[in-house]
Amino acid sequence: MKKELICINCPMGCSLEVTYDAEKIIEVKGNDCARGKDYAAKEIFHPERIVTTTVCVKGAPIVVLPVKTEKSVPKGLAFKIVQAASKITVNAPVKAGDVIIRNVLGTGVNLIASRTVERD
Amino acid sequence: MKLNFDALIIGAGPAGLGAALSLKENGIDDILIVDREDSPGGILLQCIHNGFGLHRFKEELTGPEYAERDINLVRERNIDILLNTCALDIISEENHKTVVLLSEDKGLLRAKAKVVILAMGCRERNRGNIAIPGARPAGILTAGFAQKMMNMLGHPPGNEIVILGSGDIGLIMARRLSWEGARVKAVIEAQAYPGGLNRNIVQCLHDFDIPLYLSHTISNILGAKRIESVEVAPLDHGVPAKPEGRFSLACDTLLLSVGLIPENELSLKAGVILDPATRGAVVDANLMTSVEGIFACGNVLQVHDLADNVSEEAACCGKSAARYLVGERVKKREIPLKTGNLVRYVLPACAEVGKEVIVSFRPISPAQNVTLVIKTDTEELLRKKERKIFPSIMHRINLKQIPENAAYLEVSFVSEEK
Repeated sequence: MKKELICINCPMGCSLEVTYDAEKIIEVKGNDCARGKDYAAKEIFHPERIVTTTVCVKGAPIVVLPVKTEKSVPKGLAFKIVQAASKITVNAPVKAGDVIIRNVLGTGVNLIASRTVERD
Repeated sequence: MKLNFDALIIGAGPAGLGAALSLKENGIDDILIVDREDSPGGILLQCIHNGFGLHRFKEELTGPEYAERDINLVRERNIDILLNTCALDIISEENHKTVVLLSEDKGLLRAKAKVVILAMGCRERNRGNIAIPGARPAGILTAGFAQKMMNMLGHPPGNEIVILGSGDIGLIMARRLSWEGARVKAVIEAQAYPGGLNRNIVQCLHDFDIPLYLSHTISNILGAKRIESVEVAPLDHGVPAKPEGRFSLACDTLLLSVGLIPENELSLKAGVILDPATRGAVVDANLMTSVEGIFACGNVLQVHDLADNVSEEAACCGKSAARYLVGERVKKREIPLKTGNLVRYVLPACAEVGKEVIVSFRPISPAQNVTLVIKTDTEELLRKKERKIFPSIMHRINLKQIPENAAYLEVSFVSEEK
């Protein structure tokens, strides 16, 4: 099988031509660096994304706190992770990197704060 | 409060912070950064998506994380930031600049500085800039403002969204709104190619099956109090199709992602000459503007695609401002930089012979299999094959030494002949 992909690892956005069968990647063409090959394999068999959203924060000069999944998670779970985050309220102070939801939706990946906020 | 500085930086986004860090690194301690917002970081704070820092830190950060690294460094190095403070005017005097500041805490101030660095960033083009016909209901806003509403204030702008323009901010917002449960019905782009980066087309549109209508525009806006629908017209060589060729999309929100303009009102007041192509200041190889002692970097100078590039440019700017402050002002012969085939603009406007220069430029349109050629009147300095070029991707090339005999420098993309 063949599929055309655009690599999303960096802003270059290489156009990849991927040949694969049911189990493995046979060939990747068009990638400028090694990350393109890894991306093709992941994107064909287990597409993943980093999910970024916000949670509510109390006692801080800001009302919403940006959060992200520490690593990429299965693409199909993004919507559910955003929904789970929308139900959370945290209290300031928070440091960037603090865990907001441990092992979010059983992915093995933590949802962490991506901004530091002091108490108001 | 002390009102006398070696360097005063206007704007505490990645450009201003980066310039301050670089000044400090190059021996200048007496620095003030001013910013009109209540926290440093600039627009990065509302860019909660990942993709920042890949070049500079070799890791993928969100906007707030990227900003925090610079903010922490600035704090560690005891560089002062005056927040909630707007710069109103810059006046050139004999040996210094007077910057008129309006501060929430300290009132009207007149700060003196030997060097001023412009780092005010850019702002979005809006409906007025692109003159969309139709009604004037609520629900029409720029993509960046919608981003601020959602990511900083916690208010999603609407439920049924149409986005005009395929700039990166619009694409990022398409994903953000989709994840939040809004329905993004289409992205409409007047050009025949996307305005944003390829990776954003994939992860922000393809992932959500959002259609991208290239060579289309919005020919009418309908709605009484709130926007109810837009009329979409295919474009044929820039001319909208006849009414029977148009179609309607119901929506309650229209986001505009139709380009950014460097925010240079203050620069103009200071007498800085602007380049009509970049809409930022005309600068020399040291990133000094046409007004002696005023430097510029970041999006106020030229709109960048990546914060990483802004930081790099800011570091160069801080370094040359520091050199200027210690009295290294003798210039060698300067030569102009010219745009050749397929090049929309080149920055800086001139370079010094015998010295290094970092050249930034963008192609006019997308092209494949071209060769980038940088040459003087007598010799080629660089020749590099480019498989694909896009207006959305800025090129930055470091030329180590401009030949002493050069009369000019020209950057062009030459089609390969087969």
